Amino acid sequence: MSESAHTKAPQLELRGIRKEFPGCIANDDVSLLVQPGEIHALLGENGAGKSTLVKIIYGVLRADQGEMLWEGRAVTVSSPKAARELGLGMVFQHFSLFEAMSVAENIALGIQGKLDMKGLSDDIRHISESYGLPLNPDRMVHSLSVGERQRIEIVRCLINGPKLLIMDEPTSVLTPQEVEQLFKTLRRLADEGCAVLYISHKLEEIVALCHRATILRGGWVVNTCDPRQETARNMAQMMIGQELKTPEQGAAKTSGSPALVVRNLSLVSADAFGMDLKDISFEARSGEIVGIAGVAGNGQIELLSALTGESRLADSASVEILGQPAGHLNPRARRALGAAFVPEERLGHGAVPSLTLVQNAYLSGYERMGLTRGGFIQNQAQEAYAAQVIADFDVRTTGPSAPASSLSGGNLQKFIVGREILQDPKLIVISQPTWGVDAGAAAAIHQALMDLSGRGAAVVVISQDLDEIYSLVDRFLVINEGRLSQSLDPRTATVEEIGLLMGGFHGGHEEQHPVPASRPVRPGDGRP
Amino acid sequence: MIRLEARGGASPIWIYATPFLAAGLTVVAGGILFALLGHPPIEGLYQFFIAPISSLYGLSELFLKATPIVLCAVGLALGFRANIWNIGAEGQLTLGAMLGGGMALAFYDVDTPFLLPLMALAGIAGGMAWASIPAWLKVRFNVNEILVSLMLTYVAVLLLSALVHGPWKDPDGYNFPESRLFHDAALLPVVWDSTRMHVGVLLTLAAVVAAWVILSRTLIGFQVKVVGLAPMAAGYAGFSRKKIIWFVLLVSGGLAGLAGMFEVAGPIGQLTPVISPGYGFTAIIVAFLGRLHPVGILFAGLLVALSYLGGEFVQIEMGMPEAVTGVFQGMLLFFLLASDVLIRYRLRLRSPLEGHSR
Repeated sequence: MSESAHTKAPQLELRGIRKEFPGCIANDDVSLLVQPGEIHALLGENGAGKSTLVKIIYGVLRADQGEMLWEGRAVTVSSPKAARELGLGMVFQHFSLFEAMSVAENIALGIQGKLDMKGLSDDIRHISESYGLPLNPDRMVHSLSVGERQRIEIVRCLINGPKLLIMDEPTSVLTPQEVEQLFKTLRRLADEGCAVLYISHKLEEIVALCHRATILRGGWVVNTCDPRQETARNMAQMMIGQELKTPEQGAAKTSGSPALVVRNLSLVSADAFGMDLKDISFEARSGEIVGIAGVAGNGQIELLSALTGESRLADSASVEILGQPAGHLNPRARRALGAAFVPEERLGHGAVPSLTLVQNAYLSGYERMGLTRGGFIQNQAQEAYAAQVIADFDVRTTGPSAPASSLSGGNLQKFIVGREILQDPKLIVISQPTWGVDAGAAAAIHQALMDLSGRGAAVVVISQDLDEIYSLVDRFLVINEGRLSQSLDPRTATVEEIGLLMGGFHGGHEEQHPVPASRPVRPGDGRP
Repeated sequence: MIRLEARGGASPIWIYATPFLAAGLTVVAGGILFALLGHPPIEGLYQFFIAPISSLYGLSELFLKATPIVLCAVGLALGFRANIWNIGAEGQLTLGAMLGGGMALAFYDVDTPFLLPLMALAGIAGGMAWASIPAWLKVRFNVNEILVSLMLTYVAVLLLSALVHGPWKDPDGYNFPESRLFHDAALLPVVWDSTRMHVGVLLTLAAVVAAWVILSRTLIGFQVKVVGLAPMAAGYAGFSRKKIIWFVLLVSGGLAGLAGMFEVAGPIGQLTPVISPGYGFTAIIVAFLGRLHPVGILFAGLLVALSYLGGEFVQIEMGMPEAVTGVFQGMLLFFLLASDVLIRYRLRLRSPLEGHSR
């Protein structure tokens, strides 16, 4: 590497980092250079080694080889605490907040030494407002939206005055407006000289925000570039290493009879911090792909469980599958009617991690695929079924007897989606189909869903990825606070319009009740 | 610094080899222990492990001893697979002995081939009834089944004690707290001449095979596994957790009840205040030693039964303390758990990056 051009010592430099996990090399010979005041993108597919690399930087993991230089000096970061003392801050993808504590109390937990709660609250107010991230230190975390929770994590870092802030996929949980605000904050931080290491696979964001990008693939650095000089498409190809395939829509479709009708569905969430569903009505016709957009935590989990039958409904007519009232039916009976489901969580919900692919194929296909006779498992049939899923959906695995946990996220998702599609459903409900899935697998999954709808099945896609909604669905609705918006057309709806619906501005016949940054207190919140 | 580092995957050979390794290490450590106590180690080990089963009669006693332990453990393992922790096999065994034995007393001196099946059914029903209490409380009110099943054990033992001290006491028994000796039609037929090995031993073998088939070949067995491994996935697949709770508790209770009936209609031959020296509790260890696999449990049950017999032998032949049985069972479990850790992890003496950059 020739970096003689820089006069100032880089904020962070990595040289030849290697990290090996049993059975896989997560990082190999990774070098990285982040200048002060630079917003540096770390770009790569899932499994490219981004998370491992930042965990090494932040002291969560240790590298097997290689060195790390901080302001030009070699350092060993033995723990996140040591990292914070150096001046590193990190906002993880999954927040670590206590829901039953206030904002200030959560931030106080990360502070070393003596604590002055009054002074801390003032600091929080001051820092959060000056960076455009308004936060009330006295609010309880469970009453905050996901975007506000992220602000706590960011303020928690800023309060330590970091020189390098690591953000791991920060925008996946935000509305477009919140994303714009976050970018302003990050730009301002960079102007003040703080370096930002920004991890993402959303190319448009990187083009809009970052000064440099380091692209990882399979644990290696494949390229560094200036995103402002590159197109998103070019970077995608560097990231994936192949021509990007865009899924093709079939010929213009005529939608048929309703395969799923949801009528005035209300459901109290089983989770104390969940979101109750309020009077939801929509339908999906055969041959149609219907999207449910929205920021996570607005009732998607509850909606899926009401549709699969994991939550049984009091009114059997509130969910109708292929003309049959199904609200009272369990998932097994709903599958028998011709429905199939893919939950958001792959390991532990859609598949049993420690069981083999054969057994996981049996998990949902045991009845519809005729894999059980007289209570006995039909061994050959289940093996053939699993092998067919693997072959038809190009699942990369050592074989049908590999445990589900050994597959990468994308391959396991292809397996689960394939398992459902091979059951030839007339209705499929799929939640976050490409969440945490590499671009190649995502394209394959989108294609499979389009093919399925082309064969006349109704497809319901619950997704918080707007790109996915735009590229995949025929029409969609936005879920917010457990309510559904009216149906929208992806060809005409603007991102701003959707963003407003996602943020709680309901247009149309309903009264305008703008919900500002904070969520209104629900009647249920005061319950003992 | 010694660190444990995860291996890529556990070697399938070693998963099955470690119980043997643990047994081998127990023998070696036991030898050292005998030597330290001033006993000749080879002689001690011979008396403990070989002498009890050096005769055919000894072998039959081993099978007899292992029967209630294996029968209870097979049922418990089914529940443990589903994350349902029935700790009360001892109580269910006692209830089975009570109801099964009660039939023998109720039809005293009635000579009919139907009596034994009736006793067996009563025994199973007794165990099931006792296990259905934690099952119902768990399903209805989400009460912890560990506490309920454990506490019911003491209730069961006191209930039996009250009966044999009172209404069921042998009228010609000189006021000893024991029932009448069962008549021939209420005793299990011996299947091996001039030993005490009864037909229950064979039925236990059949139960092992049946449990194996259920776990590996049937939908209900699959449901049990999925409910235990990933409850969310079970819900998604449409498996009812409540149904599985009932199933595993009724099966384990029924098997324990049958084990109790086998004891009173077999080696004991009457109802006494104490039926079992803790078989229901030992079965918990055996279930894990056998890796919750019916066939593994069969061998683990034989090994633990041998430690009971061996302990008695070294007490009698070499004057060693009674505690030696417990020490051997403890060592066996210790070595097994230790080798389990080493299958999944390897030892690293020093973390790799330390001393590298400074």
